[in-house]
Amino acid sequence: MRIVAALSGGVDSSVAAARMVDAGHEVVGVHLALARTEATGGKSRGCCTIDDARDARRVADALGIPFYVWDFSAEFAEDVMEDFLAEYRANRTPNPCLRCNEHIKFRALLDRALALGFDGVATGHYARVVQGLDGPELHRAEDSEKDQSYVLAVIERELLRHCYFPLGDSVKGDVRLEAERRGLRTATKPDSHDICFIPDGDTAGFLTNKLGERPGSIVDLGSGQQVGSHQGTFTVTIGQRRGLDLRIPGEDGRPRYVVDIDAATDTVYVGAPELLDVDAMVADHVIWTAPPLDDRWRDVTAQVRAHHHAVPAQARLISDCIEVFLLEPVRGLATGQSVVLYDGSMVLGSGRIRDTRSVHSEAGPHEARPQEAQRA
Amino acid sequence: MASQQWDDGGRRSFIDHAATTPMLPEARQAWLEATEIAGNPSSLHAAGRAARRIVEEARESIADDLSTRPSAVVFTSGGTESDNLAVKGLFWARRARLGLVDPVVAASAIEHHAVLDPVEWLGKHEGADVEWIPVDALGRVDSAWLDERLTDAAERMALVTVMWANNEVGTIQPVRDIAIACREFGVPFHTDAVQALGHVPVNLSQVPATAVTISGHKVGGPFGIGALIIDPHESVVPVSHGGGQERDIRSGTFDAPAAAAFAVAVRHAVHAQTSRAEHLRELQAELANGIVSVVPDAIINGGAIGDGDQRLPGNVHVSIPGAEGDSLLMLLDAAGIDCSTGSACTAGIPEPSHVLLAMGVDERTARSSLRFSFGRTSTPDDVAAVVAALPGAVDRARRAGSISSDRFREARAAAGEA
Repeated sequence: MRIVAALSGGVDSSVAAARMVDAGHEVVGVHLALARTEATGGKSRGCCTIDDARDARRVADALGIPFYVWDFSAEFAEDVMEDFLAEYRANRTPNPCLRCNEHIKFRALLDRALALGFDGVATGHYARVVQGLDGPELHRAEDSEKDQSYVLAVIERELLRHCYFPLGDSVKGDVRLEAERRGLRTATKPDSHDICFIPDGDTAGFLTNKLGERPGSIVDLGSGQQVGSHQGTFTVTIGQRRGLDLRIPGEDGRPRYVVDIDAATDTVYVGAPELLDVDAMVADHVIWTAPPLDDRWRDVTAQVRAHHHAVPAQARLISDCIEVFLLEPVRGLATGQSVVLYDGSMVLGSGRIRDTRSVHSEAGPHEARPQEAQRA
Repeated sequence: MASQQWDDGGRRSFIDHAATTPMLPEARQAWLEATEIAGNPSSLHAAGRAARRIVEEARESIADDLSTRPSAVVFTSGGTESDNLAVKGLFWARRARLGLVDPVVAASAIEHHAVLDPVEWLGKHEGADVEWIPVDALGRVDSAWLDERLTDAAERMALVTVMWANNEVGTIQPVRDIAIACREFGVPFHTDAVQALGHVPVNLSQVPATAVTISGHKVGGPFGIGALIIDPHESVVPVSHGGGQERDIRSGTFDAPAAAAFAVAVRHAVHAQTSRAEHLRELQAELANGIVSVVPDAIINGGAIGDGDQRLPGNVHVSIPGAEGDSLLMLLDAAGIDCSTGSACTAGIPEPSHVLLAMGVDERTARSSLRFSFGRTSTPDDVAAVVAALPGAVDRARRAGSISSDRFREARAAAGEA
């Protein structure tokens, strides 16, 4: 087959491409130019640094495959970065990696590859595409530590047959050893953890720069008293405890966490950790990786963060939204995060969390707002 | 494995001679022979003199071939350095000499980045008043516009720079007229002749330019050497300071082997120019006709094919509506054809060509362009390979292009709603 191997310049995509070559496919390496930064004079540069672009090119050389840089910076700016800012502006906590997979890697890149006569795209993600009775299924990786099926739960089902994840059956340590054995220069490169367009990791600084300072007060939910201030609701996260600089101690002396953010008044509410326990949610922007749910409750497991485990849950689809009831509460859930539903190891689909219900609330998920329940 | 053919096996057609052309075997031989000499050409002993002799012979050879004097030939590291030296060096020198407060630099809008960027830099950092000389739809500089500006503002003009022939669409510029006009008004005139040398007559006794850029690897010489042909009486402020080589204009150890090889390549390019141009024009016509016959809505950009006064003989520049140039490039690459989208870019990321935009081409069409450039080693088989591979490549690229344009429409619609 003719395959585009997305080469980020990291070890995983290097080995993924190498395995596709070994399997006898006609492989072309493509590095995506995503971010236009001031440092590069407004010209597109690869994700994420010049070093990465160079490493990607050198891996392609080592594998003896052609190499191109494809510019998706316009798409990236609009579908990933703009969305990222818009979500924070609306006091939600987005995951840009999901958006990038949804709009760039498995949409713009895949569409272009297919149109140009390729059969699919291979990436270094840790996940498996398994041939099921009703077609291809997306499953968790063999390496549960590295499993990235969460961030891939935005691939529409009909696209799965064009997706190749050659690392799905491997553990990370073996991939590094293999890269070393193959003499790939990326073998010892550290894993990337940051958001690629915020390479210094200072998300709050990036957001303040883009969105401007938007100061507001921090209010103790128990006492109703102002206990501090912040420079923008986007600088705090639901579930955050450190770095709030609260000047007035809580009545019971217990640590307080960010439990809610009121967009209308730029108010951040802090309170006891149990207020963060969520047992129900509604998610929109639903994408099905497997046959869709319907309006009947179905037993699933639900995962709300990339590096977390799934908890038993029940879910159904009601008018383009998924409702999820968790059988074990999850602590510190922000709207804007994605919930991914699984059946065993198989990914069913995902949605963006629009509303959550605290365990300590009487209300249903739609009207669940912890502070309202408390303040009433 | 199929992918191996892409980069290694099978016959490939290299139709990108405007990017670089294979090194002439005689030039390589001259380079090897010159490396036998151990001396530094600036040293005063026998070894140094032997090396210096090679440099000076090369200088004389190039001067002869271009009908200029040896003292006008300043060796540099290549076209980009020559352009920077001419643009900045002449600007600084004239501004200082005349005490210009509001110096004007007039440059054609279709210059190579090696001229374009230094000119912009002078505008941004040195207070130059930059004026872009417009071009017509064929990419030909409006010399009447320039005449008018010279009449109005010659005393403020620090520099005029117009390339001899354009690297993308191959349009030959009226450099003789411009050089004469500039001389009449006493304004320094620089021309980048990198693409012209070897393809059209470059006779500096006929074209009284103040400074002329040429490059080694574009004419079958080595990479990393070029020259600025600059009137020895013209004052020019150096860009690199150091040991004072090359009349103190361009410091840095002489590269005798590269100079020797460069001179051999220039000799060959100039002497073979007429017969080669004839051969290239045949390939050019064949390819242009072939492209239009298999892709009827293809647009050939630039001057008339086959018109030796208007267009470089080896250049075919084409826009294929609905297909992105970089998609076509990749698909032709896979079919064994090396060509270009126009101007190479370090990151390998396509930007719409400023040359086409200046010619009035819309951004969309500008992105859907390919440049084929023939040279010494080109044969009719190269033409046949393109004509055979193009229809399939265009079909696929258009499919990919329609996705981007749908995407583009969606984005526009969304922006409209917002």
